[in-house]
Amino acid sequence: MIPIPAINLGSILPALILCAAGLVVLAVGLFVRRGAVTVAALISLVGIVLAFMTNSPLRALNAEAFSGLVAADSFCWFLNILILIAVGLTVLISAKYLADEGMALPEYFVLLLFCAAGMMFMVSGNHILVIFIGLETLSISVYVLAGIHPAIPRSQESALKYLLLGAFSSGLFLYGAALLYGSAGSLALPALAKYFQAGSTSLMAKAGMGLLLIGFGFKVAAVPFHMWTPDVYEGAPTPITAFMSVGVKAAAFAAFVRVFFDSLAALQVNWSQILWVLALVTMILGNLAALVQDNIKRMLAYSSIAHAGYILVGMVAGHTEGTSALLYYLLAYTFTNMGAFGVVALVGRKGEANNMIDDYRGLAKLHPLLAVTMAIFLFSLAGVPPTAGFVGKFTIFSAAVKEGYVGLVIVGVLTSAISVYYYFRVVMKMYMEAPATEPQALHFGPAVVVGLLIAAVGVLYIGIFPITYLDLAAKSVMPLF
Amino acid sequence: MLNSYLPLLVILLLSAFIGVAILVLSALLSRKNASPIKLMPYECGMDPIGNARRRFAVRFFLIGMLFIVFDIELIFLFPWAAIYEKLLMFGFIEMLIFVLVLLLGLIYVWKKGALEWE
Amino acid sequence: MIDLVWLIPVFPVIGFLINGLIGRGFPERVIGWIGSLSVGTSFVLAILIFSELLGMDAGSRSREVVVYTWMLSGKLNVPIGFLVDPLSMVMMLVVSGVGFIIHVYSIGYMHGELGFRRFFAYLNLFVFSMLMLVAANNFLLMFVGWEGVGLCSYLLIGYYYEKKSASDAGKKAFVVNRIGDFGFLLGMFLIFTTFGTFSFTEVFAAAPGKLPAGGLLITGITLLLFVGATGKSAQLPLYTWLPDAMEGPTPVSALIHAATMVTAGVYMVSRCSVLYAMAPVSMTVVAVIGGATAFYAATIGITQFDIKRVLAYSTISQLGYMFMACGVGAFASGIFHLMTHAFFKALLFLAAGSVMHALSGELDMRNMGALRKKVPYTHMTYLFGTLAIAGIIPFAGFFSKDEILFYSFERHVGFWILGAVAALMTSFYMFRSVFLTFYGESRVTPEAARHLHESPPIMTVPLMILAFLSLVGGLVGIPIFEGLNRIGDFLKPVFAPAQAIINGAAQQAHAAVSHGAEAHHNVGLELLLMGVSLAVAIAGLLLARRMYITEPSRPDKIIEEWKGVHTLVYNKYWVDELYDFLFVNSIVNFSRFLWKRFDDLVIDGIVNGVAEVTRWFGAGLRRVQSGLVKDYALSILFGVLLVVAYLVLR
Repeated sequence: MIPIPAINLGSILPALILCAAGLVVLAVGLFVRRGAVTVAALISLVGIVLAFMTNSPLRALNAEAFSGLVAADSFCWFLNILILIAVGLTVLISAKYLADEGMALPEYFVLLLFCAAGMMFMVSGNHILVIFIGLETLSISVYVLAGIHPAIPRSQESALKYLLLGAFSSGLFLYGAALLYGSAGSLALPALAKYFQAGSTSLMAKAGMGLLLIGFGFKVAAVPFHMWTPDVYEGAPTPITAFMSVGVKAAAFAAFVRVFFDSLAALQVNWSQILWVLALVTMILGNLAALVQDNIKRMLAYSSIAHAGYILVGMVAGHTEGTSALLYYLLAYTFTNMGAFGVVALVGRKGEANNMIDDYRGLAKLHPLLAVTMAIFLFSLAGVPPTAGFVGKFTIFSAAVKEGYVGLVIVGVLTSAISVYYYFRVVMKMYMEAPATEPQALHFGPAVVVGLLIAAVGVLYIGIFPITYLDLAAKSVMPLF
Repeated sequence: MLNSYLPLLVILLLSAFIGVAILVLSALLSRKNASPIKLMPYECGMDPIGNARRRFAVRFFLIGMLFIVFDIELIFLFPWAAIYEKLLMFGFIEMLIFVLVLLLGLIYVWKKGALEWE
Repeated sequence: MIDLVWLIPVFPVIGFLINGLIGRGFPERVIGWIGSLSVGTSFVLAILIFSELLGMDAGSRSREVVVYTWMLSGKLNVPIGFLVDPLSMVMMLVVSGVGFIIHVYSIGYMHGELGFRRFFAYLNLFVFSMLMLVAANNFLLMFVGWEGVGLCSYLLIGYYYEKKSASDAGKKAFVVNRIGDFGFLLGMFLIFTTFGTFSFTEVFAAAPGKLPAGGLLITGITLLLFVGATGKSAQLPLYTWLPDAMEGPTPVSALIHAATMVTAGVYMVSRCSVLYAMAPVSMTVVAVIGGATAFYAATIGITQFDIKRVLAYSTISQLGYMFMACGVGAFASGIFHLMTHAFFKALLFLAAGSVMHALSGELDMRNMGALRKKVPYTHMTYLFGTLAIAGIIPFAGFFSKDEILFYSFERHVGFWILGAVAALMTSFYMFRSVFLTFYGESRVTPEAARHLHESPPIMTVPLMILAFLSLVGGLVGIPIFEGLNRIGDFLKPVFAPAQAIINGAAQQAHAAVSHGAEAHHNVGLELLLMGVSLAVAIAGLLLARRMYITEPSRPDKIIEEWKGVHTLVYNKYWVDELYDFLFVNSIVNFSRFLWKRFDDLVIDGIVNGVAEVTRWFGAGLRRVQSGLVKDYALSILFGVLLVVAYLVLR
């Protein structure tokens, strides 16, 4: 009799449901002739809601499953919710976008769901190989999604660039994993933790850690591993850009935090100094480069680099405070950036013809409510109260001050003061300038309206009543410490 | 020690025999109607000698890729088959799901027309 | 009743929501009255609470009302709570009262403007933020109000957004304020790390025991907070946005840029009086900056011809007075002047607005003159405001300004001289504006003269109310006589702890030096100073009369004689240009530099440099057609090398 490893499907049920939903969409998409996109979107939403419901048991758990390959704890719970929100909002925004662009591709949703499932594996991976498989699942889906727009050559170009560089960084990641395996003899996170706590630090292990750090740094777009970001974000279809900037970043940060705080905590002196430098240059370069952009997607791409810098500050601060601030920030950023890119997708019109910041001139006159929502998102990105972005920045910076990283916080506050300029430039254009040509009214669909409404309400709600969510974030990082 | 490699040797000999037998039989039994095209070395419909930079039909890649994907999935069946009896019902159902997923992939490919040559 | 204090900011926000969300299609009158009455209701409620406060024991007039726990995380506990004490009460009354009057005036002034609804919605939002600012019981909530008023100010300055100058002015105000906010934020963080709380009462109670007076930390905190105050209250060196802010509609200038928002810095410094009292260096900085600003802005005021700019520089100068008062330890006098200033400066702005209204938007005083008969009510009220700001007895400004001058004299005679000279200039340029506008020859363009008319009652009645307040507002603070300085007595409990610290330090110093002189009111000295400041005010009046009524050709001659100085002052000492040159351009250029040079040249350059070197060695290697992805990969490799080298070699 071969002992069958303990099967605990409950711990990965949300991911399984997303996969199943993806397969159903794939099958249904084959046989539905008209309205395939709508049907696919609806099925995806059903799957997402189901996954959401099956996710809740994880909150109370603090366990491992599949022979310790997968963790089932409140950390996963929090991030699964975040991923589901991101993918849900993406589906809502995409339906209209696909219809406008004449892309009758149910596969789009299949890939989206698989990608989300990959993210879930990544955040719950308790073994570096599981994390890597999750990473690759999400990456490959995103590579395809980035290039899925048939009519825009830039889309395909961005996909190819992303694929090549992504493969490069995956290689580095794997190389790092191999070096770690070579020195510790295992890739399970608890085993690694045990190895390093015992005081063994070989150069090989350190180099392996550095390469892992770079692999994650690439995915979260930290400087100097960021150079793909503007090109890819600009070229990919806007809803996908939104999903990438939020979901991929969140999943990568989650795995980053889990690996580094769970198993490499003994080496914290080493890696936190590197992260300190990365955070510094990322904040500075991201914000300064964003200042001079004329294309809103590029601007938001550099802004997302800058935000990665702020989040890295949370990682540098470490401990419960820093990491829980990081989780809250990711949540705030999810609502905010999904919303902002949602508006960009809407204003972009057919063929993404209107992606310049100048195209936002006079939006307030044409669509006052849309302009208000965009302003809310931009305020949140800039960190103006009472939005979620403000609370996020505030908690991250106060955690860092508490740990004595005053210099980093000064740079953070200074650069976020700079960032106000480029966010408000858009607000200015919307409210205080007249468009060059007589604009045509935009057409909304019910899905986009719902999506933007959820995002805007989310930004304001968790910004005005943040305690509950700060508290949840603090409880969710408990399993790591 | 060496005993355990005996089956390997048997397989080796058997496969060599079958290979030779097929060649010999086809040489003996086939009708020979030579023409220049027929005498050309055959490799998946392509001319095997020529400039390496010439373009391939994209269909060729598609089929090739699909073949590899399904071929590699097949690898998973071997270890499963080897201990099938010990895995009981659980193993059966799990492989059923796996094959169903593959089947869905095949249907998808089929329906999308990727298997059509024209 | 006091527990209902949270309702005071709620009413304006209701007005904002009604007008902002569903007001489309409402007639103007309805929108205007919804906006005004929402603020009026707050004012009535504030009066009710005020009367209840008066009924309480003088020592126990301080109450915290916590409505909701906003943030709770570890040590961090930030409630949405309000602090009701004499200081916040005075501020709430001023904000809601003057705010209400200005709202009503705006119904007439903004009549027929495009975006009438937007205007009232923003104005209500502003009042809400300002009330949050003054009523908050902790630094963080105060900061929310602080940022909120900044936002509203930005939106309202840029109200005429189709004018480039207006939207630029809005941006400038916002950016300059952010520089100040940066200091304020850092100060706040320092407070939190030091005291572990944001609550005013807890911080002020813990401060004397926890930090040594005059220490580095307390000085740092107070100076950082003061940086915030200089931004918001337009003090040297961050004052440049306020004159430009006059691009907004005049009621906005009156409410935000004269009566309320710009005084937030003074309020904040007074609120933190305990902290400032513990940091003598910061006190001196506050006083010096205040005095210097009072003097400096007054010199510019003399040369301007735009009536609103004159008032703007006068506002900066008067704010300087308030800071000087705080800096010399006379916090109550600063708040007193804040209040009277709110009356007469709001009045002056609104009256100036009424003049503009009459002259179809004319702002240049060189195109006015002899309007006295044409707009009698406006003339009368403007004159009242001028008398008040110049400090002619018994108008409001006399009492408050005199008190400040007296305390400055006690501190150091230098402050007094600064203040007195500034007062002379203030009196001069204010009467100059009166004479240029309402007296002398008419220089009104014929076209404007055709439409010349007095404003409707909905504008003149608020003017009269404010004129009345400018006349009697000072009587709540009559000096010398025991018990007649009502506002001083009312505010005393708030500033008592700070006063005790200052007196304690002074006594120590005195005990060491001499035989402990009593620091009490010297009545004779006070009367003398009063006489001097009255004489100064009248001198300014006469000087202005001589130059602009009796000998109208005189100013041009003087300008001719002092051409260099005049050009310098008329162009506001070229400070805007200097800032553009020093900061604005350099930051823009720096980021351009980073993009063009650093990202394109240095990063790509290093990468390309590697390729260049490689090419050197690899002879015959052709340039690769698409180098981009490769370049990116090399940048990653560059990071890899650095990270691994650091880890391995360390």
